[in-house]
Amino acid sequence: MFTEADLDAIWLTLRLATTVTLLLLIIGTPIAWWLARTDSWLKGPIGAVVALPLVLPPTVLGFYMLIAMGPNGVIGQLTQQLGIGLLPFSFWGLVLASVVYSLPFVVQPIQNAMQALGDRPMEVAATLRAGPWQRFFCVVLPLSKPGFITAAILGFAHTVGEFGVVLMIGGNIPQETRVVSVQIYDYVEAMEYGQAHVLSALMVGFSFIVLLGVYGFQRQSAGMLGVKS
Amino acid sequence: MNLIKHMPWLVIAGLASQPAVADQVHAAVAANFTGAMKSVVAQFEADSGHDVLLSFGSSGKILAQIQNGAPYEVFLSADQAKPKKLEEAGVVVEGSRFTYAIGALALWSSQPDFVQNDYARLTSGEFNKLSLANPKLAPYGLAATEVLEALGLTEATQDKWVQGENIAQTYQFVATGNANLGFVALSQIMSQGHVTEGSSWIVPSELYSPIRQDAVLLKKGQDNLAARDLMLYLQSDKAQDIIHTYGYQTE
Repeated sequence: MFTEADLDAIWLTLRLATTVTLLLLIIGTPIAWWLARTDSWLKGPIGAVVALPLVLPPTVLGFYMLIAMGPNGVIGQLTQQLGIGLLPFSFWGLVLASVVYSLPFVVQPIQNAMQALGDRPMEVAATLRAGPWQRFFCVVLPLSKPGFITAAILGFAHTVGEFGVVLMIGGNIPQETRVVSVQIYDYVEAMEYGQAHVLSALMVGFSFIVLLGVYGFQRQSAGMLGVKS
Repeated sequence: MNLIKHMPWLVIAGLASQPAVADQVHAAVAANFTGAMKSVVAQFEADSGHDVLLSFGSSGKILAQIQNGAPYEVFLSADQAKPKKLEEAGVVVEGSRFTYAIGALALWSSQPDFVQNDYARLTSGEFNKLSLANPKLAPYGLAATEVLEALGLTEATQDKWVQGENIAQTYQFVATGNANLGFVALSQIMSQGHVTEGSSWIVPSELYSPIRQDAVLLKKGQDNLAARDLMLYLQSDKAQDIIHTYGYQTE
């Protein structure tokens, strides 16, 4: 049913989405924490920057990424000086672009969960002599778990569904940048509709199950919170 | 009050008078012909008084759109295969197909002096990436692979290939400097008969099969005077002179 190229694309997509999700959880957590707690005037601007990929067309993002990572771009000059070379047309180029692209999908659920906690648990922990780090790791993180799970699932799924950005900076290299969505696009363009159907159906099924999981999980955790309060 | 009472008549009068004023034609055009088509159409509109609506895209996508009922009346493909396919499907006005342009391929870099009007740079291997259009999808990509095959450089360069989904994207990879070498359509780097920036090698046409680009009148445009006029205009000397300045040949 799947050709070898399809399997390569599926495997690459899974690797990309996993890498991006892990990175985003690491990068997104402090951003979400800061956004959830701060009263700084910067909250608005930073929050807006994080949310930009939600509203920007992927072509805009991809186009600026291509320029920024290029030999004359800010990122391109940095990576060249570090001896990494240029990032477009490489797996790590896609990782970087996807981290930006999926950032709001990870930051926002975590931020919402942290905001919902309020000050109370932190104050209680402080009276029990928990230091700031201890309060964060032993109180905030466990209590925000539903937010983290939603964030991880959405970040993963959104990266799997990424297309426009990959098209702009990928260069369609097998096992490196040819992800499932690009493979489908190629099939459709080449009028190989049969193969396109197989992969497309897989994507529809995958996306449905993911969203079903997210909604099921949210209902469950909302119910849990309801019992507690 | 009066105006409202007469509204139906005004509408009917408006409808009836429309064909006499000017017709509108909707044409779908392969991405590589974008620049040339805009120039030709500007001239055509001035000469004929007709109005042309242009949609650009890859021929493959346009084909799929036509098969699914897109409102195009004229189709300028990047190849011959797709117009032929539409002929077989019976959505084309019989006998309307003709070759409006023959495309040329160029090896191009956005850096000056990177390519010395030959393919030495390709042989030397001293370039970071070689950008070409996906040969499965784009005629210019297929031509590029034929050239590499003819020069015996397919295997030596394959690791450095990056593929654009169409020739416009292939150009973009090179123009932004992310690939410092690439096979693009000559029409993309040529304006008023000259290559305007970077450095290039115009690939001799013996090295690849001719990129014949065919146009067809679709049945949707059968009774549209503007569509028929546009098809005729594309074959006129005036239009062909414009097309030549973009690096295409004509028959």
